[in-house]
Amino acid sequence: MFHKSHPQWYPARQSIRLDPKGKSLKDEDVLQHLPVGTTATFYFRDLGAQISWVTVFLTEYTGPLVIYLLFYFRVPFIYAPKYDFTTSKHWVVHLACMCHSFHYVKRLLETLFVHRFSHGTMPLRNIFKNCTYYWGFAAWMAYYINHPLYTPPTYGEQQIRLALIIFLFCQIGNFSIHIALRNLRPPGSKTRKIPYPTKNPFTWIFLLVSCPNYTYELGSWLGFTLMTQCLPVAFFTLVGFMQMTVWAKGKHRSYLKEFRDYPPLRSPILPFIL
Amino acid sequence: MSAAAQGTSKAAHGDVGPKKKKGPGALATAYLVIYNVVMTAGWLVIAVGLVRAYLARGSYHGLYYSIEKPLKFFQTGALLEILHCAVGIVPSSVVLTGFQVMSRVFLTWAVTHSIREVQSEDSVLLFVTAWTVTEIIRYSFYTFSLLNHLPYLIKWARYTFFIVLYPMGVSGELLTIYAALPYVQKTGLYSVTLPNKYNFSFDYYSFLILVMISYIPLFPQLYFHMIRQRKKVLGHTEDYSKVE
Repeated sequence: MFHKSHPQWYPARQSIRLDPKGKSLKDEDVLQHLPVGTTATFYFRDLGAQISWVTVFLTEYTGPLVIYLLFYFRVPFIYAPKYDFTTSKHWVVHLACMCHSFHYVKRLLETLFVHRFSHGTMPLRNIFKNCTYYWGFAAWMAYYINHPLYTPPTYGEQQIRLALIIFLFCQIGNFSIHIALRNLRPPGSKTRKIPYPTKNPFTWIFLLVSCPNYTYELGSWLGFTLMTQCLPVAFFTLVGFMQMTVWAKGKHRSYLKEFRDYPPLRSPILPFIL
Repeated sequence: MSAAAQGTSKAAHGDVGPKKKKGPGALATAYLVIYNVVMTAGWLVIAVGLVRAYLARGSYHGLYYSIEKPLKFFQTGALLEILHCAVGIVPSSVVLTGFQVMSRVFLTWAVTHSIREVQSEDSVLLFVTAWTVTEIIRYSFYTFSLLNHLPYLIKWARYTFFIVLYPMGVSGELLTIYAALPYVQKTGLYSVTLPNKYNFSFDYYSFLILVMISYIPLFPQLYFHMIRQRKKVLGHTEDYSKVE
């Protein structure tokens, strides 16, 4: 309705509140149930240009998938010309490519078929920020892993095998958590419930952690770091961990605020530690 | 460079109740006064050292050596200011302060100290002088502010001298980094090449060039921020409450 009189402010960018300093009203709020009298005053705030979460996720995840492959196939102008379109002689490099690609394909499929988003949109400027982060780091890591002068891990096959086990375990774990979270929420709804362990052993970590999806994500990248023994990958893991910790702490605090009976044993991201 | 922050306090996030930071407590204030007095004194020592060395030698050349140690000591000591913000006794942004202090420490250690050939350049004197005058004014400004007796002269100086000192310092810094480039390239200083065990490389020469380029967007922003602050602080003759 507001959109009709002000066409440039489509619903996703409207923030309507009853009090200028209060919280925004939700999409589901009904006028009859709001604490107003015979006349109501609403305050409008422009949230800025918006873009859907799905669009952002698809863009930010497709980038690393494609960019890594450019380096893997040694497309011209990256390395010295004599290496154009050659392949690495180290089998771990091929394995790393498979793992990295699998990781991002999984993320894309989850975005399309698994996740149920609370908010439809986010501010437009986020896509530039997020893509710079994902695409930039992907290029930086891929450059070294696929470099003609790449050095395989010090402890060879043992190290790579252990790393692969950790990586796969955490990928399955991460997926299990995403499914469990999806099942908390009926299709099309935005309800929030406390997540609990299910029959799937990978979800038993909910006993100790509020955001095990982040825990498993950290584990996956630690596995990938071990597999490639590449310092830029370690940096990426560290930065990602820092950001996920911030998110986990926020989510944990929201859970505590919203649910009186929230299990006290849980930590945000690392059991007992963080 | 001076840090001017307004309302960057942690209370802005609204997830906690009415917890307003009323500024540092008595003990913190006493500590900060001592800190700022010591820093003022330190930079005065550097200023005096420069003047005496100039009078003794009769030339501007090579004055860096006469104040090398106190410069390193007091400039590095400024790292404490990051801690002050982190702990909350100073209401500035940790990130902004961290960035400013680290850039100074970088120039002092990673450029001037590390590359001997650059130490006799005149550009070094240019930024050292700019830093010295700026810091003497800045630290005395903080000292007086904490004691709630800020002479207008100091406030005026803090928000006026930067107009000349800031470009002067930036020029000195850029010229010094530029002078360092050939030596870094020749010796491969702080650089790591492939192949190596951790599959990492770093080219300090390219890094320095990137640092120089970063001045282009950063310097105008910081400069015009100070100009805006100046209009606000000095624009009226009424006394404003302590502005950082």
